Amino acid sequence: MTQNRYPHRHLLGIEGLGPSEITYILDLADRYVDQNRAAERKSGALRGKTVINLFFESSTRTRTSFELAGKRLGADMINMQVAASSVTKGETLIDTAMTLNAMHIDALVVRHPDSGAVHLLSQKVNCSVVNAGDGQNEHPTQALLDALTIRRRLGHLDGLTVAICGDVLHSRVARSNIHLLSTMGARVRLVAPRTLLPAAIQHLGVEVFNDMREGLEDADIVMMLRMQNERMKGSYVASVREYFHFFGLDYDKLRMAKPDALIMHPGPMNRGVEIDSDLADDVERSMILQQVEMGVAVRMACLEALMTGNETGNG
Amino acid sequence: MAPAGQINTDRATPGRVAYVNARLLDPATGIDAKGAVLTEGELIVDAAPGLFAGGAPSDVTVVDCHGACLAPGLVDMRVQLREPGEEHKETLRTAGEAAVAGGVTSMVCLPNTTPVIDDVATVEFVARRARLIGLAKVYPYAAATRGMGGKELAEMGLLKEAGALAFTDGLRAVSDARMMRRVLAYAATFDAIVMQHPEEASLAEGGLMNEGETATRLGLAGIPSAAEAIQLERDLRLVEITGARYHAAHISTAAGANIIRSGKARGLPVTADTAPPYFALNEMAVGGWRTFAKLSPPLRSETDRRAIVDAIIDGTIDVIVSDHAPQDQDSKRQPFAQAAFGGVGLETLLPVTLELVHNRHISLLQAIERLSWAPAELLGLPAGRLKPGAPADLVIFDDEVGWKVDPDKHFRSKSKNSPFDGRLVQGKVLRTIVDGRCVFQVDA
Repeated sequence: MTQNRYPHRHLLGIEGLGPSEITYILDLADRYVDQNRAAERKSGALRGKTVINLFFESSTRTRTSFELAGKRLGADMINMQVAASSVTKGETLIDTAMTLNAMHIDALVVRHPDSGAVHLLSQKVNCSVVNAGDGQNEHPTQALLDALTIRRRLGHLDGLTVAICGDVLHSRVARSNIHLLSTMGARVRLVAPRTLLPAAIQHLGVEVFNDMREGLEDADIVMMLRMQNERMKGSYVASVREYFHFFGLDYDKLRMAKPDALIMHPGPMNRGVEIDSDLADDVERSMILQQVEMGVAVRMACLEALMTGNETGNG
Repeated sequence: MAPAGQINTDRATPGRVAYVNARLLDPATGIDAKGAVLTEGELIVDAAPGLFAGGAPSDVTVVDCHGACLAPGLVDMRVQLREPGEEHKETLRTAGEAAVAGGVTSMVCLPNTTPVIDDVATVEFVARRARLIGLAKVYPYAAATRGMGGKELAEMGLLKEAGALAFTDGLRAVSDARMMRRVLAYAATFDAIVMQHPEEASLAEGGLMNEGETATRLGLAGIPSAAEAIQLERDLRLVEITGARYHAAHISTAAGANIIRSGKARGLPVTADTAPPYFALNEMAVGGWRTFAKLSPPLRSETDRRAIVDAIIDGTIDVIVSDHAPQDQDSKRQPFAQAAFGGVGLETLLPVTLELVHNRHISLLQAIERLSWAPAELLGLPAGRLKPGAPADLVIFDDEVGWKVDPDKHFRSKSKNSPFDGRLVQGKVLRTIVDGRCVFQVDA
């Protein structure tokens, strides 16, 4: 096993992690990819451990991915779907954390609609906490699975040019990817209408483009973000047709990128909104299903890294 | 009685025409000298002081200007055309005739038609109709928000590709600050200009004229000059955080001019225009409840008027527009409160602006700059210069000859609601050329 370990109790975000910690998780995940493809997919690394998927926001893909990851490592997985009441959010969250803590569990996988909620919860429990997405802050396992997907296909992350396109403003996936990719030496570009870019985003070490063709020029990876329909009725973008015309990925705009540029999407896709349907299904270019596969392996690696022998430190 | 002069819509491609013995005025190069212009087909092929001093070649048609001024045709960047939807007030045809009679060769129209110009089809309709008429060129603005409703972004990217020059909700300011921020950010995405009617709506609501002593004596509800200042201050804060190109339309107050001045000094991408009523008239023109002087923004105090002149002199105000707002008799022959806002302006734009020259506030070249080159530059139009290769859009005018504004007698605009009704002015258009064709000519 690699010398570098992941010395933190929690995985709350990518920001603050160093290249060796990220590499450690990716290396670990790499091995689980092979295990997941084998006939016998289960191992006993986390036998006897209890993990709760605590989701304050509905999710099928991420929750299922964590559930599978835990089960393949032999852990007991429990799903809890909690409605985040808008009035008593803070109270409920801490109460829930204290209650679960009293049950002596080993890890909590938490998704919450408010940025920072997972950090707050992590301060109230004795177990490990994995952030499965908090508001518009971070979604660290998504960035790790994206990195693993790229690394397995291209062999490295450093020196690559990655264009992240779409609704950056509301995207925790974008923030985690910005941190991870720039930490690992990739050049990150953002492509979006200015209404969908957060203030001062260029201070995160990215290049910002409003013109998609310019933003895609010579990119190795085109990472599309999901665009929610309710944001395209005049509030952030004038219309779906205008959005697709200027910011939707199609073969014409993709021609600006490197000839073998890869396409990624965190899912679920809006075909005909942020991505042309043909392109989404293009097996030569689209890495979308590989991302899903890498997701399980990365989450296995994260759960293992957190729950085996890390009694100190706080990520 | 028919207005003097001939409108010509003959589409025959002109050959080579030499306009000789002219006082050339080209703000782009700073030329103000005796010279000539040679056009061929739709384009200028030569323009220089001293050109054809020894006589024009024999194979060209010669137009002797007899020492009159020859300048790039005026580019009027704020016109309400009323078509489609209110053709009883003005049509593209009557506005086109009024424009060329006023020396205007390009005009940019507001989207406040019925339907509102907020989709690609309407942009294309206006452009196509104007091309068919063949008088002054017409370029549209499109709405900044859908239906000018101030709530949802318009399709600025697609509209700009279709030919919309900038985005504005016409006579309505985008009131909601968050919406305005998004309008600016969205426009900046497409490198588009946002043009605002700078009036804080809740403060101006119900107001009929400038707030002050005159309004109080007349018993009319006032619109405070602060309504302009507040809107501009807010907008410039939003320009600061979005970096968008912002143009303030028809500045009417001293405070407004100061805000633009300081915005420019801070390096903000801001420009502004005003219209002749705001530097040539003040609120006294409303005396006797004269509805032709009911404008939006309202005519202001004498102090404001002088400040607008100063802002034109120092370049704070980049452009002078006609702010042409035709209203039919039924809209203006009303008690003041019920009368519509606005005045026609295409046919008085040049002579009233020349008052600034006759009063020695600015030079003739500076006047032409504000009326032609500056708006063309601002909007990215190829007009506004006497340069080989540029479209042959020209105006020949006498800057001295005096006349009295009599809308019923002189105006080709379908509506006659001029705030300058009865004014003695100096300066008269002799000939207007669009794409090399003589589209207007005074009677010999």
